[in-house]
Amino acid sequence: MDLSVINPILLLAALMSAATPILLAATGELVVERAGVLNLGVEGMMIVGAIAGFIVAVNTGSPALGFIGAAAGGAVLSLLFVFLTQVALANQVASGLGLTLFGLGLSALMGQSYVGVKPPRMGDLNLGPLSDIPVLGPILFSHDAMVYIGLLIVAGVWTTLKYTRAGLVLRAVGENHDAAHALGYKVKRIRALAILFGGACAGMGGAYISLIRVPQWTEGMTAGVGWIALALVVFASWKPWRVLLGAYLFGGITQLQLNLQGAGVAIPVEYLAMSPYIVTIIVLVTLSADKSRAPGSLGRIFHASH
Amino acid sequence: MTALLDLSGVTKAYPGVVANDSVSLTIQPGEVHALLGENGAGKSTLVKMIYGLVKPDAGQMSLNGASFAPSDPRAARAAGIGMVFQHFSLFDALTVAENIALGMENAPPMRQLATQIKAVSETYGLPLAPHRLVGDLSAGERQRVEIIRCLLQEPKLLIMDEPTSVLTPQEVEILFKTLRKLSAEGTAILYISHKLEEIRALCDAATILRLGKVVGHCIPRDTSAAEMAELMVGSALKPPQKAAGASGDVLLELRDLSLPPVSTFGMPLREISVSVRAGEVLGIGGVAGNGQDELLSALSGEVPVPVGTVFFKGDDMARAHPNARRAAGLLTAPEERLGHAAAPDMSLTENAMLTGAAREGLERNGMLDWKAARSFANRIIADFDVRTPGPGNAARSLSGGNLQKFVIGREILQRPEVLVVNQPTWGVDASAAAAIRQALLDLAQNGAAVIVISQDLDELMEISDNFAALNEGRLSAARPAAGLTVAEIGQMMGGAHGMEVAHV
Repeated sequence: MDLSVINPILLLAALMSAATPILLAATGELVVERAGVLNLGVEGMMIVGAIAGFIVAVNTGSPALGFIGAAAGGAVLSLLFVFLTQVALANQVASGLGLTLFGLGLSALMGQSYVGVKPPRMGDLNLGPLSDIPVLGPILFSHDAMVYIGLLIVAGVWTTLKYTRAGLVLRAVGENHDAAHALGYKVKRIRALAILFGGACAGMGGAYISLIRVPQWTEGMTAGVGWIALALVVFASWKPWRVLLGAYLFGGITQLQLNLQGAGVAIPVEYLAMSPYIVTIIVLVTLSADKSRAPGSLGRIFHASH
Repeated sequence: MTALLDLSGVTKAYPGVVANDSVSLTIQPGEVHALLGENGAGKSTLVKMIYGLVKPDAGQMSLNGASFAPSDPRAARAAGIGMVFQHFSLFDALTVAENIALGMENAPPMRQLATQIKAVSETYGLPLAPHRLVGDLSAGERQRVEIIRCLLQEPKLLIMDEPTSVLTPQEVEILFKTLRKLSAEGTAILYISHKLEEIRALCDAATILRLGKVVGHCIPRDTSAAEMAELMVGSALKPPQKAAGASGDVLLELRDLSLPPVSTFGMPLREISVSVRAGEVLGIGGVAGNGQDELLSALSGEVPVPVGTVFFKGDDMARAHPNARRAAGLLTAPEERLGHAAAPDMSLTENAMLTGAAREGLERNGMLDWKAARSFANRIIADFDVRTPGPGNAARSLSGGNLQKFVIGREILQRPEVLVVNQPTWGVDASAAAAIRQALLDLAQNGAAVIVISQDLDELMEISDNFAALNEGRLSAARPAAGLTVAEIGQMMGGAHGMEVAHV
């Protein structure tokens, strides 16, 4: 065992990148759930985003266009969920599970001829002298643009929910859809938009795996990240900054345990592998012991009665 | 002068029922106009059309002489119409200010809005803290939120749907002063209620609806309550006959029952002590949300309570489960019909089986006796005049009043020794309500103890031997109902809860 092979600066630098897929998907799902919709199809929207982004990036040679394609791919798949739950008034749990299964199959079909292809690389964002600061530079200022876009999305979601009228209306729809309807708000339209936003975010999260983390296409490569994102939203009590904390905690401990495995620590690999899940759950459950609770209309079908 | 609002020939039909049949109505500026009628008479549908929630099938509406057809509530609000809903349209997890902002077209920034809320609430004597969570407010305070939300828009017409059902008599007095002040300032008020004395005290004119049709107009001050009731119901009502309360042994006793709140926004029960005797009807009043549901759950056994707090015929029943309590003769009927008193998608036979199995012998060695259950359900339907094609129909398919008759009848026919009912006549039309009250009185006369929890004070005064009130989870000492004044009842219910008379 040799712990000196672990470089703390590289470890912390990798944390932000490792957390980004979960962060994007969880932030999108947070908005969906605050609007009162439970979309269990995150995993399916991520994997479709992963392959859609991969195809666009390979064919155009531009990773940036790839991410736009991924957002579109995730949003298009979520449109199916909008149709099932907001138009046909189908059960949200069943529809979400169906969306995941459908997305996994669809992505495998779309990706058949892309196995083994290498996507164009996305370079790190040039932040000039910031990246040259010792210690902080490599940790905070030497990442690709998507890491920062992810952070901007979290900040934007937080500001919108807390300070804008649009955010207030979205929360109102999620809290009590009958009352929101009685006040004249378009419950279904607002929910549809929230679901599309969630789909786009999940799609980008998936593409971050296929274009940057791995970078190649393999069937089922999201490997449960969508489910972790779903759990994260609940454990974070539907609060954006706690989602960020949870995602970084999860990403950080994942990196740490990989490093520990590499260093040959005398703890069975299985325990190391489960540690990110356990630590994230313990921390967020402790935090959520305050009075926060789920949106009042979460998962309930809205049917205008008049 | 031109009328503020004029409806002529407004019609709205739903599949199988005409909710409004050619209704005409005129409201002058500054007038307090009552809309009277029983449940299902079409009052709610009519105001929903004025508020833009429902579109009429036929007929004309005009506001200040111009044609008026709001496509949604925002359009109605923009035209100067405000509405205070019967079932509050509020958001528990949002603050008072956020709730009010949601009901406004051009809400100012939060800090400015908070100042405006304080100013309006002081002018009209409706104190409110803008940053409190609505889920923590009492029913009376929640109504203030709705009223202030409307007042901030300076409406020309304020629609109030059954506003006093959640208020103590003192709070009603203060609300009326606020409404009279508004009316003096030129705001017209459309006031929906079936409480006739209130309408006589407050309103300038009244329109009476029955089965979707206008059946009469009157000036409430010059019309007696009995005449208005006859117009509303279509026939004279027979008040329930009450025999002199012969009291026997104590059947049910609560000793210092305390219970923490079950849900986030629930109410705790605090040191409740009371007893009921055989042959006695105990009425428990109080504004909704002051512990009624919690008290019923503690009595039914749905929520475990501390040992030594609930005694049935002298035995400690605190840890007994609902089925054990039923078998012993302690029966309950909760307020929420769909989902609590009855399983919505199960048939009436199955619902009869669910609470009647033990006492009516509807199961043997774990096997269901369908024949017996069906005949039990049929007996309830016949005895309580439940309008349904048969016991095979789903509970959900019955109207609220019919289902209420079924769930109350189901418990009464099981010959309880103690029966606890919550809001037994809520949403039931006047003649059926009278029948349910009579059945409860008959039950008491045959030696059962009956506890009636209700928000309808007239009902409680009509049938109770003793009266107590719930306020903030505490139960006042029970007092003989005969001779209690409205002021005394109001004090037992907690008085005015900090409301003040409008400052002019």
